[in-house]
Amino acid sequence: MESKSNIVNKKTRVRFNFITTFFLGAVAIYLWWIIYQRLPAFASWTTYFLLALKEGSHLGASLEFFFYDTPKVMMLLFLVVFGVGILRSFFTPEKTRAFLSGKSELAGNVLAALLGIITPFCSCSAVPLFIGFVTAGVPLGVTFSFLIAAPMVNEIALGLLYGLLGWKIAAIYAGTGLFIAVFAGWVIGRLKLEGQIEDWVGKTHGAAIEMEEEKLYFSDRIIYGWEAVKEIIGRVWIYVILGIAVGAGIHGFVPEGVMASIMGKDSWWSVPLSIVIGVPMYSNAAGIIPVVEALLGKGAALGTVLAFMMSVIALSLPEMVILRKVLKPKLIAVFITVVASGILLVGYLFNIII
Amino acid sequence: MEIKVLGPGCAKCNKTEKLIREVINETLADATVEKITDMMQIASHGVFATPSVIIDNQVKCTGKVPKKEEIKKWLGR
Repeated sequence: MESKSNIVNKKTRVRFNFITTFFLGAVAIYLWWIIYQRLPAFASWTTYFLLALKEGSHLGASLEFFFYDTPKVMMLLFLVVFGVGILRSFFTPEKTRAFLSGKSELAGNVLAALLGIITPFCSCSAVPLFIGFVTAGVPLGVTFSFLIAAPMVNEIALGLLYGLLGWKIAAIYAGTGLFIAVFAGWVIGRLKLEGQIEDWVGKTHGAAIEMEEEKLYFSDRIIYGWEAVKEIIGRVWIYVILGIAVGAGIHGFVPEGVMASIMGKDSWWSVPLSIVIGVPMYSNAAGIIPVVEALLGKGAALGTVLAFMMSVIALSLPEMVILRKVLKPKLIAVFITVVASGILLVGYLFNIII
Repeated sequence: MEIKVLGPGCAKCNKTEKLIREVINETLADATVEKITDMMQIASHGVFATPSVIIDNQVKCTGKVPKKEEIKKWLGR
């Protein structure tokens, strides 16, 4: 069937030059900063003036927390997701795979964990990605480093941690998350478990497909970042609000120090227990971090809370079910054990240091 | 034309399929759409970022939801 119109559909690109882009960017960041600075005033005005609640009441404390944290977290997420989105436009899974194939063990694990953060891929592609990596000669342990780092250290977690708990905790989380990805991947590589991959995987040809690469202008990368903002914030905003609401409830109503006995650093069993509770829980970073902030405020120990957060985010039952398609049960068991041990180590370490 | 959409059935994959069907309906292109959700089949196409679009055995895009304009271009509209 012939199309009626013969008009060539020329792709109209929006193109700005660099000076315009940076000027607009600077203005936008300045405006962002001004609004961000006003948020505490906005929260107390809304709670105590607009809603006329009494200062010092439980409900007042909860609501002020909610009205401050919600816009703050959303604004930070916006900035971080946008920035990481632009960064990600420089990477593709294909390039990452080509880069990682044939890399030596330890260096490969470190690179894979780092690339796991910035390579764009949807968590539902974990299985095809696994096959693509392994059949192209990326070592098994290196592939695991990538697959562990990708969900654990992500822009949503980092943006939220920075916003709610400060840059130090965000950096600790990123550092230890990367450490676990490198460590677990390295151990899995050392254990020589290649025979524990389902047999059909080896039979699929992982031939690299040829695709002409589109030339991206800087304005295309900005659009890419913007698409990431729409996609990610559109998906997580409800979890953020629910998480902050739960956190706000804890903040206003749970007495100070009550968490110290349950999740404090003096009870040795708190770290393993929080991992055991965390693994079956299936939540994303967006929902769990506001709760974590509130727990910390009530006397929970940092190591215990980190362990809880990591086991919720990095180890989840639905993911295991998906991975079962390509991994034999023994390898799944090893994967869970090694990652959980890494988390345990991090938990104890921080309870001892801090 | 034979169009294959590869993806295990996540939101992005479904959106890709929906967009392609929309474009076909709008432009009255002569094409069939097949959704491939089986992991083994996806892997055997040599693709490892989903959603992917394959038209007449040629990989058109991987790992992202294509834009309508792109789909139109692939269909020659």
